[in-house]
Amino acid sequence: MNEKAEELDRVEKKDLFGSGHRACGGCGQALAARLVHDAAGENTIACVATGCLEVFSSPYPDPSWRIPFLHSLFENPAAVASGVEAAYKALRKGPVNIIAQAGDGSTADIGFQCISGMFERGHNVLYVCYDNEAYMNTGVQRSSFTPYGAWTSTTPMGNPTRKKNLPLIAADHGIPYVATATVDDFRDLQRKVKTALSIEGPKYIHILVPCPLGWGHSGELTVKICRLAKDTGLFPIFEIREGKITNVQKISVKVPVEEYLKLQGRFRFLFKRGVPTEEVAVIQKIANQNIERFNL
Amino acid sequence: MLKQIEGSQAVADVVALCRPNVIAAYPITPQTHIVEDLALIVGQGKLDAEFVNVESEFSAASVVLGASAAGARTYTATSSQGLLLMAEVINCISGMRLPIVLTCANRAISAPLSIWNDQQDSMAVRDAGWIQLFAEDNQEAADLHIQAYKIAEQTFLPVMVCMDGFILTHAFEAVDIPEQKQVDDFLPPFKPRHIVDPRWPRGIGLYADPRFYMETRYILHRAMEKSEKTIKEVSADFAKKFGRDSGGFIKTYKLKDADVAIVSMGSVVGTIKDLIDQLEEEGKKVGLLQICSYRPFPRQEIYNVLKDKMNIVVLEKCISLGRGGILASDIRWSFPRAEKKDRNISSFIAGLGGRNITADDLRYMVERVEKEPVELEFLGLKKELIADKDL
Ligand SMILES: Cc1ncc(C[n+]2csc(CCOP(=O)(O)OP(=O)(O)O)c2C)c(N)n1
Ligand SMILES: [Mg+2]
Repeated sequence: MNEKAEELDRVEKKDLFGSGHRACGGCGQALAARLVHDAAGENTIACVATGCLEVFSSPYPDPSWRIPFLHSLFENPAAVASGVEAAYKALRKGPVNIIAQAGDGSTADIGFQCISGMFERGHNVLYVCYDNEAYMNTGVQRSSFTPYGAWTSTTPMGNPTRKKNLPLIAADHGIPYVATATVDDFRDLQRKVKTALSIEGPKYIHILVPCPLGWGHSGELTVKICRLAKDTGLFPIFEIREGKITNVQKISVKVPVEEYLKLQGRFRFLFKRGVPTEEVAVIQKIANQNIERFNL
Repeated sequence: MLKQIEGSQAVADVVALCRPNVIAAYPITPQTHIVEDLALIVGQGKLDAEFVNVESEFSAASVVLGASAAGARTYTATSSQGLLLMAEVINCISGMRLPIVLTCANRAISAPLSIWNDQQDSMAVRDAGWIQLFAEDNQEAADLHIQAYKIAEQTFLPVMVCMDGFILTHAFEAVDIPEQKQVDDFLPPFKPRHIVDPRWPRGIGLYADPRFYMETRYILHRAMEKSEKTIKEVSADFAKKFGRDSGGFIKTYKLKDADVAIVSMGSVVGTIKDLIDQLEEEGKKVGLLQICSYRPFPRQEIYNVLKDKMNIVVLEKCISLGRGGILASDIRWSFPRAEKKDRNISSFIAGLGGRNITADDLRYMVERVEKEPVELEFLGLKKELIADKDL
C-alpha cells in the first residue's frame, strides 16, 4: 500500500471533539462528530448549526471542542462557513479545513437555501449532515428526511412521505464530491472526510446517525442499526465524484427491512401482534428501489 | 475630490476607501446601485476584497457574520424586506459583538408593497443592539460610513448607516470623496478581538443558560450606552481631519431662541431648515433638533437643548402600529415626569411609503401646533381615499 492510501485508511483518534459533551448514551451524532473532526485534524474550523450537536457540546463556559467552533443560528451554517472561507481568502490566510455541519432538519428544510447557495457559489467548504431523521433537539418532530412510516411527535400516525434525497440533489449542483456514510464503519467514514478535504470546492457528506431517544432503541444497538440500514438497502452507501456515482458499497447478504424496523420503537406500530402491516411492504419496496437504483 | 455623483455611488466609493475584506449583499430597491457599484469596483481590481453574491439577505448577513468572526472587515447593504429577512441574523451579530457595517437605504415595508422611502424598516430593528446613524444628505451619508467603521471597531458594536431611499440614494449631488490616504490615516486596520483560527482554538457563539444570559444583555446595553462617547469622539476627530461636521449625536438649527422646536431625522431636515428660514423672514421663531444617532438614543443631549422649549413637535417617517409615533415617545421619555407638565410634545407621522413632505405640509404642521398640542396626526393624509367602513 502506498503512503497516501495508508493515510486514508488509518483510523484517527485525536479527541478534538468530545470531552465532556452531554449527548445521550449511544448517540450516533456524537460519535459521527468525533470521527469527522478527528479525521479532519487540528487545522479545522467547525461551523455548527443550532441542534442537538450544538446543544450537547457548547454550553458556556465549557464547550467540548478543541478546535475553533462557530455557532450562530439554526439555518445558516453553510452561509456562515461561506463567510469564513471568503475571509480566509481575502486575508490570504490558510489553508484551513472549514466544515459546516448540521442536523437533517437544518440541512433538508430550513437551511436548504443557504446550502444550495454555498454549493452553487463554489466555496471551499465541506458540509456534513448528521441525519437522525427528525428534529431531535426540539423533541422528535418530523423533517423532510424522516423516512416513510416512521412515528415522530408530529406524525403520530406515521410519516406519510418519503425521505428527500439530498446527496443526489447536492451532486446535481455540480459539486466535485458527495458521499454517504454511517457510524458503524469508522474507517470508511474517516476516509470519506479525508478525501473530501483533499478536494477543492464544495463537498457534501451525509451521515446516518441513529438516535436512541428518537428512534426508540437502546444505545448499544446504534452500530447494529447502522449495519441493518445498509444491509436492507434503506441507506445506500456511495460516493459521487464529478457527478458520477462510484464506490457503491455492495450488500453481501440482503436483509429484509423487517429486521431493521423491528429494533426501533418508531416503527413498532407497523407490526400488529408481531405481524407486519402493509406499510412494511411499502418500505420494502423503497429498499428494493434503492438496491436497483444504486446497484447495491 | 468634489464629484457630482449619485448618493449610492458616493457610498460605494467611500466604502471601498475603507478597504473592507468581504462584501456580501443581495439586491433590493433602492439599495441596488450601492452594491452594483461595489461589485464593479471589486471586479475592476480597484478594491482587494471578496464580493460574495449570495442567494438572500439572510445569507448576506450570515456571510458577513462568518467573515467578521474570522477577522475580516465586512460590509453589507439592504432595505426594507431585506432588512426584515436579516432580522434574526441582525440580532445575532450584535449579540456576538461583531463590528459589521451595514447601509440601510430606508424604504417602506410590505404590505402593501412599496419601494418608496420611509423609515419603518430600520425602526423594526431599533432594539437589536446596533448603533443607528441617520444621514441628512449624501455628503453625510458618505462621511458616516468612514466614521461607522471606526466606531464599530472601537466598540465592537455593529453600525447601521441609514439613508433615505431614492431621496438620497438616487440623488445626484456634489460630494467630496476623500483621498485614500486621508481615510487610511483616519481608519486604522481592523484589529479583531476573538476570531476563529486553529492557532487559538476557541468557541464563538456558545449558548448561555439562565445563569449567564442576562449578563450578556446587560453588558450589551451598557456597551450601547457607552458608545455615545466614541460616536462623539469619532465625529469630532472626523471634523478635525476632514474639515466638515458630520454625524455625532444631535445637531440643531436656529433652536436657541425658537418658540417652536421641530424634532426629526434623515433627509427631511433639509426641507425643514428651508421652512425655518422662510418663517424667520415672516417673524416666526422656529428651530430644529436633528437626531443623528438614533441608537444609542441621545436622551441627555436632547434634554439639554429642549429643556426650556415648551412647544415641541416631532416629525417622523415611521409608526408603531397600535401605539403611535416612535421618535415622539422617545422624545416624551427624555423629560423627567415633573417637567412634562405644561410642555406640549406633538406627534406627526409623515412621508410613509414615499408620500412627499412639502413645505406647505410643514407650514401647516407648525401653525397647527402653535394653536394646540397634537397627540397624533398623519400629515398629508388623503381623507377622501378612506371610506367610513375602513375605520
Ligand atoms: C429559526 C428557528 N426555528 C426553529 C428553531 C428551533 N429548533 C432548534 S434545533 C431544532 C431541531 C434541529 O433538528 P435537526 O437539524 O435535525 O438537528 P438534531 O437536533 O436532530 O440533531 C429546531 C426546530 C430555531 N432554533 N430557529
Ligand atoms: Mg435531526
